[in-house]
Amino acid sequence: MSSHTLSVLVENQSGVLARVAALFARRGFNIDSLAVGETEDPAVSRMTIVVDARNSSIEQISKQLHKLINVLRICELPKDAAVERELALVKVNSSRPTKAEIVEIADIFKAKVVDVTPTSMVLEASGASEKIDALEELLVPFGILEIVRTGRIALGRGPSGLKAPNPHPITLVRAAAS
Amino acid sequence: MGSETGASSLIKALEAAGTEVIFGIPGGAILPAYDPLLESSIRHILMRHEQGAGHAAEGYAQATGKPGVCMATSGPGATNLVTPLADAYMDSIPLVAITGQVPRAVIGNDAFQEADICGITMPCTKHNYKVMDPDEIPTVIAEAFHIATTGRPGPVLVDIPKDVLQAATSFQWPSSVDLPGYRPTTEPHARQIAAAAELIRNAERPVLYVGGGVMKARAAADLLLLAEAIGAPVVTTLMARGAISDNHPLCLGMPGMHGNYAAVTAMQRSDLLITLCARFDDRVTGNLDSFAPGAKIIHADADPAEIGKNRAVDVPIVGDAGPVIRALHDKVAAANSQHGRTDLGAWLGEVNTWKRDYPISYTQEENGPIKPQFVVDALARATGGDALVVTGVGQHQMWASQIMPCNRPYSFISSGGLGTMGFAVPAAFGAKVGRPEDRVVAIDGDGCFQMTAQELATAVIEKVPFTVAILNNAHLGMVRQWQELFYDERYSQVHLPQETPDYVKLADAYGAIGLRATAPEDVETVIDKAMGIDDRPVVIDFRVDPGEMCFPMIPAGASNDDIILAPPNPTPRGVRGGSEPQRSGGERPPEAAMPQASFSAGKTKGADR
Repeated sequence: MSSHTLSVLVENQSGVLARVAALFARRGFNIDSLAVGETEDPAVSRMTIVVDARNSSIEQISKQLHKLINVLRICELPKDAAVERELALVKVNSSRPTKAEIVEIADIFKAKVVDVTPTSMVLEASGASEKIDALEELLVPFGILEIVRTGRIALGRGPSGLKAPNPHPITLVRAAAS
Repeated sequence: MGSETGASSLIKALEAAGTEVIFGIPGGAILPAYDPLLESSIRHILMRHEQGAGHAAEGYAQATGKPGVCMATSGPGATNLVTPLADAYMDSIPLVAITGQVPRAVIGNDAFQEADICGITMPCTKHNYKVMDPDEIPTVIAEAFHIATTGRPGPVLVDIPKDVLQAATSFQWPSSVDLPGYRPTTEPHARQIAAAAELIRNAERPVLYVGGGVMKARAAADLLLLAEAIGAPVVTTLMARGAISDNHPLCLGMPGMHGNYAAVTAMQRSDLLITLCARFDDRVTGNLDSFAPGAKIIHADADPAEIGKNRAVDVPIVGDAGPVIRALHDKVAAANSQHGRTDLGAWLGEVNTWKRDYPISYTQEENGPIKPQFVVDALARATGGDALVVTGVGQHQMWASQIMPCNRPYSFISSGGLGTMGFAVPAAFGAKVGRPEDRVVAIDGDGCFQMTAQELATAVIEKVPFTVAILNNAHLGMVRQWQELFYDERYSQVHLPQETPDYVKLADAYGAIGLRATAPEDVETVIDKAMGIDDRPVVIDFRVDPGEMCFPMIPAGASNDDIILAPPNPTPRGVRGGSEPQRSGGERPPEAAMPQASFSAGKTKGADR
């Protein structure tokens, strides 16, 4: 199993995404997907990073990530202990004969039709990444015009969760003593 | 709105953080900060190149244990700091760099002298800041010094737009900092200390593998107590030379690619490496898979990411070097008084045999060319082993580490991780600024020297005297050595004519003293002369044997068992290495496989170890 989902709380500041991305790039860690957004605390954002840890251990990736000053907390979310979702919008060719068939597929996947023209439809689907993959595969024969996926987001199951650390000021010793 | 400007707030903050010296060069965007400097208690030293400012701050930091501070303007001023920042990042040197930035309104507009220095230095600083609000300056400076000097030390850059420096603000030095994402562990876990002490008590062939972190934490005195309590031999990496005195019977000196046979082999045969703030760098381990194959690993480091990064560990310990070493010492001492100290006599006997039989050696023929090692040996004698030594990078660096006795801690300064040629002159300058009472000797190569020699002007103007010994072998010597050994003697772009530039005239042009030695009998004379000069820098052009190679050597990627002590045939020419390295150690007794330790007749001198 080389794919791991990391839930990372970071300070909601400019440049933090660049720091995380640059760290992955320079250490040779592979990102499969990265989704980021504000949390219940506007000063804190949560990144859900899916990493491919084939070439480096997930422990080393986490430790290096932790060295970034703007990274507050990291936890790995194992598949069986987390809820994982991804959102996709798929624009697919459609014509009068194929429209019904596409809608039927959409229904099976609980996807919504959010845009229709005489020659195209946009479906909105959400779920586990594997489900989106399956939907995509079924739509390929109709001709996919465009697709966009958010990347995986995830939360651990149960009442506990990742919280930003409490304040803990460190008193400065006036260094000018010497 | 207060009575200060961003610039005066910056200078007050730097004062409050304890800054005594800033190494820097002004320019357009940083100009406002240079005005309040005129009234400040801080000594600003005007360097000739920003790279020199950065390395000087590094030398100062390593010599004093305090953070080094450098300052530059936006754009090219800032980008010239990148090499020293990367160097400080690799060697964990506490540094605070202040750079000017173009005004906020034009950031991102490709304004004159604009460079995204925060973006550029992201991968080579511990952290960096772009200050967009003048009121944040004191907090940011306080945080910058806190981050630079705690946990695993490192460089922090603070980029301040010109109009932020000009804006009105007030100055309030914060009483505390709170960085929720930065809470380094300083005290080791008692259970890990106990587990480590247990491994130590049961080890038959333990070795203390000591790295630069012990020096950064100024923990050499604690280390000595621990080493003596265990009674185990100590290897000191390039960054930790002098952590325990070379005079101490337990000290084996430097391990690694050009390390001592005893240090390398002791690690290979060890059953327990007590790793203190070292990082299993490839230059130490050689081929990782065959490195210290029988050793269990205790690994203590301030940076948890170093633990297990290259070598799996048995007992990880996260914490600052001082508390870790003291806790280990207390536990070991307690166990000693309860059970008696583990008898390591047989192991020490074996290690001492290697030490005695395979010292660093070279041959200086009376009428032959000067051997570079002979110069270093003469410098060692002339300084009594008490100089603060600074080196560049290459063969001369390895000879300096091998031969200069490090009898005091914090007195050997070198560019280790990044391997920055040109480090020596500005770093020696910074070291001398930080420790004016010490005799500072830079051992440099001719290639290195030419990269940053302009700082001699700074040293002359600032009356900062130190000696630069150039081992002028007319080559990028280490590259030449690799081409000789691994590229079939096909020398490509490594020749730097020995007489160009004329180093004596160059020194003279800067107002320094230039001296030259061309024959072995000159060496002591010029060194004596240099040692007598204490009002300006001295440059000595030692015209040394261009063909001399640095040994022992473990070819890159080879196993440490395959250490080559010296060229196996009587002449240094035509040596082949790499494909069929001489074997020694390993399953064969070293005596049976040892290549000859010197390659020509004449008086062979073992470097004093």
